[in-house]
Amino acid sequence: MSTPALELAHLDKRFGGLPATRDVSLTVMPGERRLIIGPNGAGKTTLFNLITGDLSADGGSARLFGQELLRMATQDRVHLGLARTYQILTLFPRERLIHNVVLALLGLDRRRWNPWSILASSRDLYAAARAALDRVGLGESADRIVSETSYGERRRLELAMALAQKPRLLLLDEPLAGLSQGERQTVRSLLDGIPRDVTIVMIEHDMDTALAFAERITVLHYGEVIVEGTRAEVVADPRTREVYLGD
Amino acid sequence: MTRAAALGLCALVLLALPWIIGNEFYVNMASQVLIYALFALSINMMLGYGGMVSLGHAAYLGIAGYACILATLAGYNQLAAALFAIAVSTATAAFFGVLSLRAPGLGFVMITLALGQIVWGIAYRANDLTGGDNGIRHPARPLPFGIDIRDAPSFYYFTLAVFAGALFCIWRFARSPFGASVMGTRDQPRRMRMLGHHVWLVRWVTFVMAGFWASVASVLYVYYNLFLSPHAISLQQSAEILLMAILGGASTLTGPIVGAAIITLVKNVVSTYVERWNTLLGVIFVVVIVFMPYGLVPGCRQLWQRLATRVSGRGTKGAGATAPGRAQ
Repeated sequence: MSTPALELAHLDKRFGGLPATRDVSLTVMPGERRLIIGPNGAGKTTLFNLITGDLSADGGSARLFGQELLRMATQDRVHLGLARTYQILTLFPRERLIHNVVLALLGLDRRRWNPWSILASSRDLYAAARAALDRVGLGESADRIVSETSYGERRRLELAMALAQKPRLLLLDEPLAGLSQGERQTVRSLLDGIPRDVTIVMIEHDMDTALAFAERITVLHYGEVIVEGTRAEVVADPRTREVYLGD
Repeated sequence: MTRAAALGLCALVLLALPWIIGNEFYVNMASQVLIYALFALSINMMLGYGGMVSLGHAAYLGIAGYACILATLAGYNQLAAALFAIAVSTATAAFFGVLSLRAPGLGFVMITLALGQIVWGIAYRANDLTGGDNGIRHPARPLPFGIDIRDAPSFYYFTLAVFAGALFCIWRFARSPFGASVMGTRDQPRRMRMLGHHVWLVRWVTFVMAGFWASVASVLYVYYNLFLSPHAISLQQSAEILLMAILGGASTLTGPIVGAAIITLVKNVVSTYVERWNTLLGVIFVVVIVFMPYGLVPGCRQLWQRLATRVSGRGTKGAGATAPGRAQ
C-alpha cells in the first residue's frame, strides 16, 4: 500500500474556548480527489490553514507523503509539494498577471535570493509563467494588471499560481465561489484537466460540481468529521442530509 | 526623451555640477545631498520595498561613524578603518534585525526606535570613547588612490562615485528576483509564505542590506564633517531620513534622492532666509502628502501622464495611475 498523500490524525484547534477542529482524522491517497463539505463555520478553511501552517494546531499530526508537517514552517511545507488557493483571493493586485505567477515560480527557485540579476531577463521563468497562464486560458492577459481583470480571471490566476508550482497536494478553497455559470464551466474543465499526479482536496459549496469531481467526501460539522466515504455513501447518509444537504 | 537620454543628461549635470555652481558652499551642499540621498535610499530598501518603517536608522550613522573615527585614531589606515566601520555597523544591523523583526507593524517601529535611542544614549554617555556631548573629531579625509579629496569639488566627485556605485547596486536590487520577493512580502506576506518564500529571512536580509548602505553613507558623512556627536544620531536624524524617503516617494528609486535634496536644501539654504524653516519644512511635507499621497516623484509622474493624456486627447481610464507599491 502506498504512502498517503495526506494523513491527518486527531487534529485539534481551539480559538479560546471555541473548538474549531476536534479530533479530525482523515487519509487522502495519492491522486485522489477529496471533497470537504459542511455548513458555514464547520472548520473547513481552518483545517486547510492547519495543513498549510497559516494556523498552528493545538494537537494531533498532519503528514504529507509521510513527512510530519506540524513542526514545519509554511514555506517548508510548500517546498515539500503543498500548494493552495484561497477562499478570499490573495493576489498581488498592482502587479501584472505574469508577475504573480513568476513570484509563485520564484518561491521554489534558488534565484529568489539573488539580489543582483535582473528578474525580467530570466526568460525561462517568464516562459514557464506564460505556459501556466496559457493552461488556465489567461495567456492573452499575461501583461494585464491584476486589479484590471475580472473576478473569474483572478480565480483562474490563483489556480495558475498553484499549478505553476507543480504541487503534489493541492488544496482548493472554494475555487468556484463568486463565479458566473460560464466561468464555473471553465474552472470545472480546468480542474478536470489536472493530472492524477496531483492529489486534490477541495472545499466547495457548488454541490453539482463538487459531487461530480470528488471520489471521496468528508463532512465536517462543528469541527468534527461526522461522515466520510464515497459519493454514494455520503449522500445517502442521513447525517449529511441533516447538517448540510437538507431534504 | 527616452529614459537612457534622461539618465545621461542627469549624469552630465552631476558631473558638471561644480563648474555649474562654482560656489564652494553649494558644492559642499551637493555632497551633503548625495550623502543624505544614500541614507534615504538605504531606508527606502526597508520602507518602500519591504514595508518596514524604521525610526532607528541613524543608529548606523553612530556605529559606523564612531567606529571609523576610533579605528583611524587607533592608527589603522583609512581604508581599513572604513571597512572595519562598515563591517561592525552591518553586523549590528544583522543583530538589530533579529530583535526588530520579532514584532510586526507598530512593534517593529517601536523596537527600531528603542535601539536607535540606545545607540544615541551610549554615544551621549560614553565620554571616554565618544567624547560625549562634545563629540569627536576625525583626523583627516582619506587619500583614495592617492587622490586628495580635501577640497570641495574633489570630495564631491568622491561622494558622487560612491553614490553612483550604491545607486547602481540598489537599482539592481529593486529589479532582481530578491527585490521581487521583498516587494511581495511587503504586499502579501501570507501569500508569499504559501508560495515558498521565507518571509522573515527575506525581511532580515533586506534589513541588513539597508544597514550596509546606511553604514557606507555614514562613513561619507564622517569624511564630510570630520566630526561626529550624539546630535547627529538622534531620533530627529532618523525621522528626517525617513521623511526624505516618504516626501520623494517611497518604493521609487528617485523619490528618496528628491526628498533628500529638498530637505537638505531647506535645512541648509532656505534656513538662511527663513527663520521658521522647520515650519516651512512641515508645510511642504503636509502639502505634498495631501496632494501627492505617494510622494513627489510618483505624484509628478501621475500629473505628467494626465497632462500628456489630456494633450493627446486619447485618455484611457486610469492610464495615469502610478502603482504606488511598485518599484519605479
